[in-house]
Amino acid sequence: MDSLTESSDSVAVAQVRAGDSGAFRILVERHSRNLFRLAYRMTGHQQDAEDVVQETFLRAYRQLSKFDDRASFGTWLYRIAANCSLDLIRARKRRAAQTEPAAEGGAPDPMQSLPDQAPAPDRLAMSGEVERKVAAVLDGLSEMERTAFVLRHYEGMCIDDIGRTLGVQPNAAKHSIFRAVQKLRRALEPLVSSAS
Amino acid sequence: MNHLTEEQLVLYYYGEGDGSPAVRAHLDACEACRAEYASLQRVLNVVDSAPVPERDPNYGAQVWSRLHGSGDRDRPGGLSHWWPACHWAAAALVAALVVAAFLAGRYYPKARLYQVGAQTANAGHVRERILLVAVGDHLERSQTVLLELVNARPGEPLDVASERERAGDLVAENRLYRQTAARTGDTRVASVLDDLEPVLLEIAHGPERLTPEEVENLRQRIEGDGILFKVRVVGSTVRHREEKAARDASQKTL
Repeated sequence: MDSLTESSDSVAVAQVRAGDSGAFRILVERHSRNLFRLAYRMTGHQQDAEDVVQETFLRAYRQLSKFDDRASFGTWLYRIAANCSLDLIRARKRRAAQTEPAAEGGAPDPMQSLPDQAPAPDRLAMSGEVERKVAAVLDGLSEMERTAFVLRHYEGMCIDDIGRTLGVQPNAAKHSIFRAVQKLRRALEPLVSSAS
Repeated sequence: MNHLTEEQLVLYYYGEGDGSPAVRAHLDACEACRAEYASLQRVLNVVDSAPVPERDPNYGAQVWSRLHGSGDRDRPGGLSHWWPACHWAAAALVAALVVAAFLAGRYYPKARLYQVGAQTANAGHVRERILLVAVGDHLERSQTVLLELVNARPGEPLDVASERERAGDLVAENRLYRQTAARTGDTRVASVLDDLEPVLLEIAHGPERLTPEEVENLRQRIEGDGILFKVRVVGSTVRHREEKAARDASQKTL
């Protein structure tokens, strides 16, 4: 995020705090698309991502008094959005657990649900098979692994900031990213190798 | 020569860590590690290609519009989507009460035309009393939740699973009462419910276990904004109004 945007964010935040709630519109219009992208990467569902975006702004508005002016408003919003996404993922898992009791022996390993045989390379490019596999692996990651990976890989957040966002030590964030990468490699390497 | 670990390669890929020049030098010299790194790059590049649905340039304006409760009416509000069924049941019950009261006022007098004036006034009282009883009860339950948090032992973490659940139920009711109070011109009640809602939302959507700092922040928020005081005062006023309405109604039937 460039410094001009950050400085403009600070002005809008100050206006909202001074009682001009309409200034919040500037922040919503500026950050909505980026938040949607993050939320979609986190949840994997458009509808859920839309809800996360709205919930993020509602929480941000209510908690604006807690925002530290010296920090980046965009990073703060990202942190809220990541937490909203996690809340939603947990709620979804709870609902799924209530409606579909896990099979004996625990939850199925998402890796095992992936097809064993790699499709031909020409089909690979066309079929979206890789996309489905990526989605399946991401769905199979733990909350921490998925969040840390999405923030690092897609959003380019540094490991220290990811640790702060998740409320864990940077080392824990780093290891979550490693585990996510390992799982992705295990699932995707055969496909990628055969395609290349 | 020791080969690079997978962790080193991942950190290098993301430009993290302070060993980048050393890793680069090793990759230049070691074919095995170079092949390993190329494999990692291929996988992560493929992950990059996973698409995200595009939002149009006006997306921010649409979000703003939805936050204000207008615009796309097919989509539920961000919070309402996550309400469990019990919250809706509570809201539905309250809605039914309000509608029943409204219908009582609207139709009952028509059935007995010779008593139009008296009956209309009576229906108005019924409607007001139902609303007052419901709001008084709502404020009392909200006050209980707030008191439990304010009176928590300082410096200790707090399990708020129960308060969280109750706050979730209260949010749904709060919205309905606030809208009704605003519609009927009861600005004092509408105002306190307006102040109460963000606090209930914060509790309902917060963690189940609060750290001592979070407890303290919440306590300061509740006390600093004077929400508990306002809830008490307005709750008490509502109870008095409800008792008075009950007395008036009983005198009229004598």
